[in-house]
Amino acid sequence: MPLLEVRDLTVVFERKGEKPFTAVDHVSFDVEPGQTVGLVGESGCGKSVTSLAIMGLLPRRGARVSGSVQYEGVNLLSLSDREMRDRRGRDLGMVFQDPLSSLNPVIPIGVQVTEVLERHQGMPRKKAMLEAAELLDKVGIPDPTRRLTEYPHQLSGGMRQRALIAIALACRPRLLIADEPTTALDVTIQAQILALLKELVRDLGTALVMITHDLGVVAGLCDEVNVLYGGRVVEKAHRHDLFAAPRHPYTHGLLASIPRLDAPRGEKLNPIRGSVADNIPWAEGCAFAPRCPNKLDVCVQVTPEQEDIGAGRLLRCHNPVQPPVSEEVSV
Amino acid sequence: MSTAVNHEPETPGSGATNDTLVSVEGIKVHFPIKRGVILDRTVGHVYAVDGVDLAVRRGETYGLVGESGCGKSTLGRAVLRLSEPTAGRVVFDGTDLSSLKGEGLRRMRRRMQMVFQDPMSSLDPRQSVESILVEGLRAHDLDKGREETGKRLRSLLSAVGLPNTSLRKYPHEFSGGQRQRIGIARALAVEPDLIIADEPVSALDVSVQAQVVNLLEDLQEEFGLTYLVIAHDLAVVRHISDRVGVMYLGGLVEEATSDDLYAEPLHPYTKALLSAIPVPDPLVEDRRERILLTGDLPSPANPPKGCRFHTRCPWKQETRCDTERPEMREVLPGHKVACHWAEDIRANRIQPHAVEAVLVEEDGISPDVPLVGPASVTEAMNP
Repeated sequence: MPLLEVRDLTVVFERKGEKPFTAVDHVSFDVEPGQTVGLVGESGCGKSVTSLAIMGLLPRRGARVSGSVQYEGVNLLSLSDREMRDRRGRDLGMVFQDPLSSLNPVIPIGVQVTEVLERHQGMPRKKAMLEAAELLDKVGIPDPTRRLTEYPHQLSGGMRQRALIAIALACRPRLLIADEPTTALDVTIQAQILALLKELVRDLGTALVMITHDLGVVAGLCDEVNVLYGGRVVEKAHRHDLFAAPRHPYTHGLLASIPRLDAPRGEKLNPIRGSVADNIPWAEGCAFAPRCPNKLDVCVQVTPEQEDIGAGRLLRCHNPVQPPVSEEVSV
Repeated sequence: MSTAVNHEPETPGSGATNDTLVSVEGIKVHFPIKRGVILDRTVGHVYAVDGVDLAVRRGETYGLVGESGCGKSTLGRAVLRLSEPTAGRVVFDGTDLSSLKGEGLRRMRRRMQMVFQDPMSSLDPRQSVESILVEGLRAHDLDKGREETGKRLRSLLSAVGLPNTSLRKYPHEFSGGQRQRIGIARALAVEPDLIIADEPVSALDVSVQAQVVNLLEDLQEEFGLTYLVIAHDLAVVRHISDRVGVMYLGGLVEEATSDDLYAEPLHPYTKALLSAIPVPDPLVEDRRERILLTGDLPSPANPPKGCRFHTRCPWKQETRCDTERPEMREVLPGHKVACHWAEDIRANRIQPHAVEAVLVEEDGISPDVPLVGPASVTEAMNP
């Protein structure tokens, strides 16, 4: 049984006097225990809203969440705020993009780490402090005892992100959601943090949902990859299959438009035409159709359904990219 | 880029040959750190750029890469004299810019333009596209009557791939990629020789980045422009640059043609930087070995003595590294590196070793100074 089962998750933002906006549109995916699942897409594709909906962090007013999020057989969406508070931090951990704005600037790091331990495990303050020092040490913060008394502004960006990971993992949750955890960091620091996440996931057996726009990060980290466009999953595959033979024109286009360090230089890039539209017209055809090089007449008339194309792959496209003829890499 | 002329490697030193458009000689930009309300004393300096020599040839694209805080943006601004250099000079097409003042400098600026990172905050939201583009033309007496200017604006828009109807619109009506096109059109309007592009694509979505990169390449071909591209994304820099300079903590550590640099990085920092970049290919990702650096970038207010990188360098040696600052020297033809041990590392005579992470003190000036200060260079610049 999967650890997390997201079914038809839909988030609609409503505001008085404005048209309702569907940010996430019937998104479904599973996370097996210990597995790393990637949600990839550009800004506005609904990847962050998906994570906030799973964590129950969207405001009750203004955001209508439907569908189901089963965590170990319990629908998280049906829980009350109070029950959800007991689970966040204990069963589900979350790491956000910007470590400075997700740490409280006027509270020392130590208090912010021990808070989780005291709240969920009823640990006495002294013991929690020792445990916190151990946690900081585990995520690679030098001189942890001293750092516990310091404030977030005294740490560098990479150290703050490490502290945030320590907080998220304090109670050994079985699921960790990381929303662009390395986007605000430099590449050398990013490499450190990714290595750390990989190691922790392996050692603690935590399942990880990795939300990112960086296909390179996904390639090295995730087992399963879901590509989102306009609030829907357009392609889902194992990472080896996805990168070896992307089938959706959007995935294909994204991979073709990135300059690669390991490829010969000098070729022109192949950009995707246009840019992400604000409205999501999935109701009348494919949302990617206006930018798609493979567009057919049917694409603007009939909404493509998600199809199983074998080998655990799902695809939502009327006219997919044909896989390369050479023998495919299957792992 | 493909259009750039292939020149023989220059002689070492800053030999400003005829085909050099800009040469930067020993430039330093230090920002004072001030404390105290009444006394306003200077308690230290942020050594944002600390002695950089480089030369950009006519028609080429020079890429400047480095992580945040390494001084690459400040260097770009210092070339245009948007930041006043503390020492050193910039020679633009034979003219020493530091000797220019007022009107002379203003006229010179027509020939060097800048494209900024964030297309939203670098365009005035209350100016229409037409007025944004005409402003530069007027300032440099290029506004030759209504009809001709109209023609010029339309050709500018078509050069950057925007519809003619854009002239009456305002920046908020455009998407991020289109706004960056407006920023590029504004730079092009005054027919510059040099365009300094500071992170031109990093604020854009992945699928749009490629459009702007291609546009920059096409424009270079069409107008014979020279680019100084400043970016942190090495894959993008490699793609568009002919030569690349790598910066670390205020100084250049390596400079080579783009192909050489990526084929054989010589400086330990460049090696680590290149190995840290994720490649969108799981087969490559599973195979490759990463050189993980420990710790963070030291504070530019208190840079380490000797080689700036020695606190994090896996190849650090007992001698010289922590006492003597390495000079840029040509190790392979056209490939300069600032490392004492570059040859030994290249020949595998020195093996990397583990490095203890050193605590980076946010405030490394003096212990008696209160712990409230500029958190970044930008803050120090705009108090």
